[in-house]
Amino acid sequence: MTPSVVLVTGVSRFLGGHLAARLAANPEIDRVLGVDTVPPPRDLLRRMGRAEFVRADIRNPLIGKVISQASVDTVVHASLSANPGSSGGRTAMKEMNVIGTMQLLAACQKAPTVRRMVLKSTSAVYGSSPRDPALFDEAMTPKDLPSGGYAKDAVEIEGYLRGFARRRPDVSVTVLRFANFIGPRIDTVFTRYFALPLVPTVLGYDARVQLLHEEDALAVLERATSQEIPGIFNVAADGVLMLSQAIRRAGRLPLPVPSTAVGPVSRFFRGARIVDFSPEQMRLLNFGRVVDNRRLRTVFGFTPRWTTMQAFDDYVRGSALRPVIPPEQVESLERGILSAARSLR
Amino acid sequence: MSEARVIPLHADDSGARTRWRLGAQSTPRPAAPPVEVPEPQPESQLPSEPEQPAAWEEALEEILAFLRRRLEGDYPVDEFGFDVELTDNVILPALRPLYRSWFRVETIGMHHVPTEGGALVVANHSGTFPLDSLMTAVALHDDHPGQRHLRMLGADLMFRMPALGTLARKQGSTLACTPDAERLMSHGELVGVWPEGFKGIGKPFRDRYKLQRFGRGGFVSAALRTRVPIIPCSIVGAEEIYPKIGDIKPLARLFGAPYFPVTPTFPLLGPLGLVPLPSKWYIEFGEPIRTDTISPIDADDPMTVFNLTDQVRETIQHTLYRLLSQRRNAFMG
Repeated sequence: MTPSVVLVTGVSRFLGGHLAARLAANPEIDRVLGVDTVPPPRDLLRRMGRAEFVRADIRNPLIGKVISQASVDTVVHASLSANPGSSGGRTAMKEMNVIGTMQLLAACQKAPTVRRMVLKSTSAVYGSSPRDPALFDEAMTPKDLPSGGYAKDAVEIEGYLRGFARRRPDVSVTVLRFANFIGPRIDTVFTRYFALPLVPTVLGYDARVQLLHEEDALAVLERATSQEIPGIFNVAADGVLMLSQAIRRAGRLPLPVPSTAVGPVSRFFRGARIVDFSPEQMRLLNFGRVVDNRRLRTVFGFTPRWTTMQAFDDYVRGSALRPVIPPEQVESLERGILSAARSLR
Repeated sequence: MSEARVIPLHADDSGARTRWRLGAQSTPRPAAPPVEVPEPQPESQLPSEPEQPAAWEEALEEILAFLRRRLEGDYPVDEFGFDVELTDNVILPALRPLYRSWFRVETIGMHHVPTEGGALVVANHSGTFPLDSLMTAVALHDDHPGQRHLRMLGADLMFRMPALGTLARKQGSTLACTPDAERLMSHGELVGVWPEGFKGIGKPFRDRYKLQRFGRGGFVSAALRTRVPIIPCSIVGAEEIYPKIGDIKPLARLFGAPYFPVTPTFPLLGPLGLVPLPSKWYIEFGEPIRTDTISPIDADDPMTVFNLTDQVRETIQHTLYRLLSQRRNAFMG
């Protein structure tokens, strides 16, 4: 059954905004409301078409009024932020993430019209450590609970959502644990990281990286919104890339940093506003994280169109990264050596 | 220089000629030599061209293509981080001299290891440094007709260590935990486990070839659940490579290691003490223990699991004693 009134939070950012645009293009949905504290960029607003933008703060109880007046039946909470820089520091980010979700859930609990709740969560809830199994499935819990940052926010938010689901058993709750997004259009820490000519890595460690193409992410969010598929799902592409391999595919050069120097280096990048690295992202670069997407295929009924490698290549092509060492040069060098060897004979 | 170049050319050519004689090319060949010797050579070389410079030119071509693929990141890695290309072209060749010339490993009962499908190799652990697991991996790749890759289960300590942990993942190892073991075995991989863990590898030299406790039998329940055979594997020779005669506990604590070994040569001769003693090795694979006759529900039954664990342990211990009684000398075999 398709929803009639959908409320999407975090529409001024890529996923929320494009999801609102996709939903607005669906004639079966009567109304699409987009909520955020700042208005979306103009081109995104144009793309959103008939979706209505409501400038509201989900931390404010006023959001309850918006939900009840429009008699919203489906809420997509996609405003979770991972970057302290863009959301005005870590304290503001935590407030926005955790307190905002609490307010939103409180408002939804009071609204009898709400029937469906979709949360954009993250696979960071599994943490990242050498004691973890190679692949996480939805039932696993992390060995060390994330001690801070975005991952901790996400764990807490999922906890509040479980409480909400207990109090409102009539609402179908879908939690989507996304892997890191990548693609030609989206702007994330990862896309900025791989755009650096010298990519800092942790010396002696090579993480397994699993990604998800932005279009796949949007398609999953759209499917979760328009159909009732309750449960927790890992959303990630098939296959992995090693971090070193990804850096080579992007034609970048790795800059191995000893693990003791990782803190200062990431602070430098954060301070220089080049890449907004948080400590848990640095930990991810140590050990990596791979999730099992079997439930996504079988229960949720969605197979990602891009594998991790294809998604990464699409990002490299789409964002027109100029390789530091062009592959043509490598190939011509290879041919040169071979012909030199042949002439020797 | 020029002589060295010509001689293999002829040797190779004659080899190619005998093969070509079977085909349609046999007629021009008897006619060619009487007319002129250098004339037909370039012609006859055309079909044998790719074979003839094979010795070094093809090898160079392969190496360059390999290097280019590495440089461009164009190689597959599975979700555990296993890098087949790196393992086959770098890691295994690096271990091969150690396997062939240094330890002169002899394998027995290789036919017990299935050519395809999942199986669990359970072996004794020894030698202070886990060379026994690496040698078993080389054995199963080089001396097995299926050229199987052994996916080893390792302790978390290994994956925490820089460089070593990364290399272990690329070589196909993963953390010794039930989800990983079951996932690998149900995907039809050959999994290797050393259930004694640090108790086995770090035991003093006087306890050599005495099997330690086999953990909690987690490997048995994983095999029961995935219904793959358990292959007991006994390794003789690895105990003598670094005879651990002492343990400096404070240093071990300082490095966060389970032990800091003292061998007759190690701290004494400095880095020279890191060279393993050239003992003669035997790796015997025993008869597979079937688990598909037992219902997977019994994987949670402690009695079944303990009995099976004991059976595996006894088999390995007895094979060790038998191999040891046949051995006359630790270094000559």
